[in-house]
Amino acid sequence: MSRGLRFAPIALLALLLLAMIWRLSKPVDTSVRSNLEGKPVPAFDLGPALDTKLALSSRDLATGNPHLVNVFASWCVPCVTEVKVLQQLKATGVAVEGIAVRDRPEDLAEFLARNGDPYERIGGDPQSSVQISLGSSGVPESFIVDGKGVIRYQHIGPIESSDAAMILRQLDRAR
Amino acid sequence: MIAETGLASLWLAAGLAAYQLVLMILALRSRVEVARSIRAVAVAQGILTLIAFAALLIVFARTDLSVTLVAANSHSAKPFVYKVAGAWGNHEGSMLMWVTILAVAGAFLGTFSPRTSAMTLVAALGAQAALALGFYGFLLIASNPFARLNPAPIEGQGLNPLLQDPGLAFHPPTLYLGYVGLSIAFSLAVGALLTGEVDSRLGRAMRPWVLGAWVLLTLGITAGSYWAYYELGWGGYWFWDPVENASLMPWLAGTALLHSVNVLAARGALKAWTMMLAVIAFSMSMVGTFLVRSGILTSVHAFAIDPQRGAFLLALLGIYVGAALVLFAWRGANLKEGAPFELVSRETGLVINNLLLSVVLGVVFLGTLYPLLVEAVSGEKLSVGAPYFNAVAGPLALLLAVLVGIGPLIAWRRERRPVFKQLRIPLLLGVTALAVTVILAPRMGILPRLGLTAAAYLAAAAILPLTRRNPLRTPLATWGMVVAHFGIAVALAGMAANAAFTSERLVVAKPGETISVGPWLVQLQEVTPTAGKNWTGMEAQLIATRGHGPITLKPQTRYFTSPPAETNEAAIDTFWNGQLYTVTGKPDETGAWQLRLWWKPFVTLIWLGGALIGLGGAIALFGRIWRRRRREPEWRRGYA
Repeated sequence: MSRGLRFAPIALLALLLLAMIWRLSKPVDTSVRSNLEGKPVPAFDLGPALDTKLALSSRDLATGNPHLVNVFASWCVPCVTEVKVLQQLKATGVAVEGIAVRDRPEDLAEFLARNGDPYERIGGDPQSSVQISLGSSGVPESFIVDGKGVIRYQHIGPIESSDAAMILRQLDRAR
Repeated sequence: MIAETGLASLWLAAGLAAYQLVLMILALRSRVEVARSIRAVAVAQGILTLIAFAALLIVFARTDLSVTLVAANSHSAKPFVYKVAGAWGNHEGSMLMWVTILAVAGAFLGTFSPRTSAMTLVAALGAQAALALGFYGFLLIASNPFARLNPAPIEGQGLNPLLQDPGLAFHPPTLYLGYVGLSIAFSLAVGALLTGEVDSRLGRAMRPWVLGAWVLLTLGITAGSYWAYYELGWGGYWFWDPVENASLMPWLAGTALLHSVNVLAARGALKAWTMMLAVIAFSMSMVGTFLVRSGILTSVHAFAIDPQRGAFLLALLGIYVGAALVLFAWRGANLKEGAPFELVSRETGLVINNLLLSVVLGVVFLGTLYPLLVEAVSGEKLSVGAPYFNAVAGPLALLLAVLVGIGPLIAWRRERRPVFKQLRIPLLLGVTALAVTVILAPRMGILPRLGLTAAAYLAAAAILPLTRRNPLRTPLATWGMVVAHFGIAVALAGMAANAAFTSERLVVAKPGETISVGPWLVQLQEVTPTAGKNWTGMEAQLIATRGHGPITLKPQTRYFTSPPAETNEAAIDTFWNGQLYTVTGKPDETGAWQLRLWWKPFVTLIWLGGALIGLGGAIALFGRIWRRRRREPEWRRGYA
């Protein structure tokens, strides 16, 4: 057996160990980057989720100003705490839009009456079709859409009060 | 007191391992006669680890919540069998099981190894002790399973519900026995490289250990595959998950080793290659353990993500594999290759078998670690999935299946007869199967079609070594080979049939609705609440008919409270020609339920084939040991 061949396994092992040491020294990043970031919002036209609210379509988003689109539902428990943070964001001038997934008007009305209503418009998405076209796999999720109707950021899970500053920064970048 | 007994036994065993290593060094350096004492030490070490493991089982059986590990992983309201099996359903417990098997394997090596030369045995026991010592250190320093918790909590946190299944009682121990059983081949190879006694005698000594470990690994993987199939509710038997690959890699290396060790034993050839494979096979076991235990690759098996433990295991991996490879580079090159062989010979066939298995191993290894390497170099994240593995490993496996039919027909050293004449019937069967699938299922994928073809050919070709022989005078090892090779054909047929003929329906159904899947009509009757000892759930009642008598299936969704989690319990009904597999999901607001239904023709052949492969290995192992006993009375003297 030639000399080179003899030492090849050792070299391979060293390479492997280096890669693994690198991985161990660097914590695994589990955040998910959306593939839709940088792409226009898929066209949709939802009816109003409630008689008292305006309907939501993709045209309502391309108005020159960034919007925060919140995919939520009255039956979703984390949404209850999230809606309070959304109200604080609205108080600072953020345009918050809602997409209510698989919801009933009476439940939604009760949810908004009890927890507050930060939404300018709420589109009803009874079959989750818009939710799916947005690449959202659950509720709540939020999208920052810039004035041209392009998705700039996707937030998976509830927006906690600790996320508010980051969301405002993302909205500024989308301006 | 019991936990302390376990801990003390572990410390004592670690001390004995160190002593065992010192004895080996003394023996190699100054030719001190230590053979008897080193064997006794190995046995004592094995017994001490058994005591430690028994102590762990007892604290888990009693749910002694003053032990941290029990409090973190058990719960008093858990069925008894899962309390006991829960002992290894966690990091520390499973590492203790690993060490116990390592030490007990060493004790077995010290007790039953009549074939090995005294010096090689001493060196191998030293190597085994060195392995054990590192893992004792890991347990005692970084993962003490017996650590106490003060004050003891009132209730434990419970076991992951996915693990609360009979599979847990069988799959991890079998797999670990296989993984760690390969350590004996590793130690024997290291020992023989140290003493320079790499010969057919070593091959014959190593063969039963390799066979035994390989049988357990085969059964462990087969059981794990079935467990994932029914427990996860995804309807798949293999996901090319990193941890599944981690068990497949030692199996592939072990399969190659199993065949090359035969060449070494029978002909004294392929010396360096066999030693290399013995090192690689157990190294793959350690890589697998490291991948699982460090959580560096994303996987459904990611139990405990702890970089420090990962670093410790990585250091052990580097030291052991590195030392063995350096030893191989230093000593392996001096090995004189044994008896020469002609181009057309059994030896050549086994070399090709080994090369193909090694390429498959390389493919799986690369695919498993490629995401890690790419991210280290370019920072880009990607994952490698079934499309890569199926496309690359699939054709290689088919080629291997074709050669499996030919290899056993070729004679050792030199084949003068035309072998292909014997293969007429198998080839005819294969062509028939191909023609039938082309006519009856013209749109089938290319891999499943070739899979069915190869399976039909191999099922006949595998039996050929038995023809024109007196079945009673045929050695059991040959019977074992035939059964195992036939098992490959069976498993291949199951995989191809599953890939080609599965029907799947995903629907939202209201009670009373009927859904068709394959030849079946399935009606959702009702969904009712149900409960078990530590869970509540919803149970759907399905009535399935296929022309004749209806059958009832009751898939469940279970909600566990400690820890809070939800599992889907699939309801599966098995028939001679397939399985009806049903899973329930969530209700929607209108009172309809998600239902997932599969009709999987002949899917059970996959695990039947796996079991046959394992059974074949077991028959061969029994044959080897029994023949040795009958022929060589010194086997009994080897007991001392």
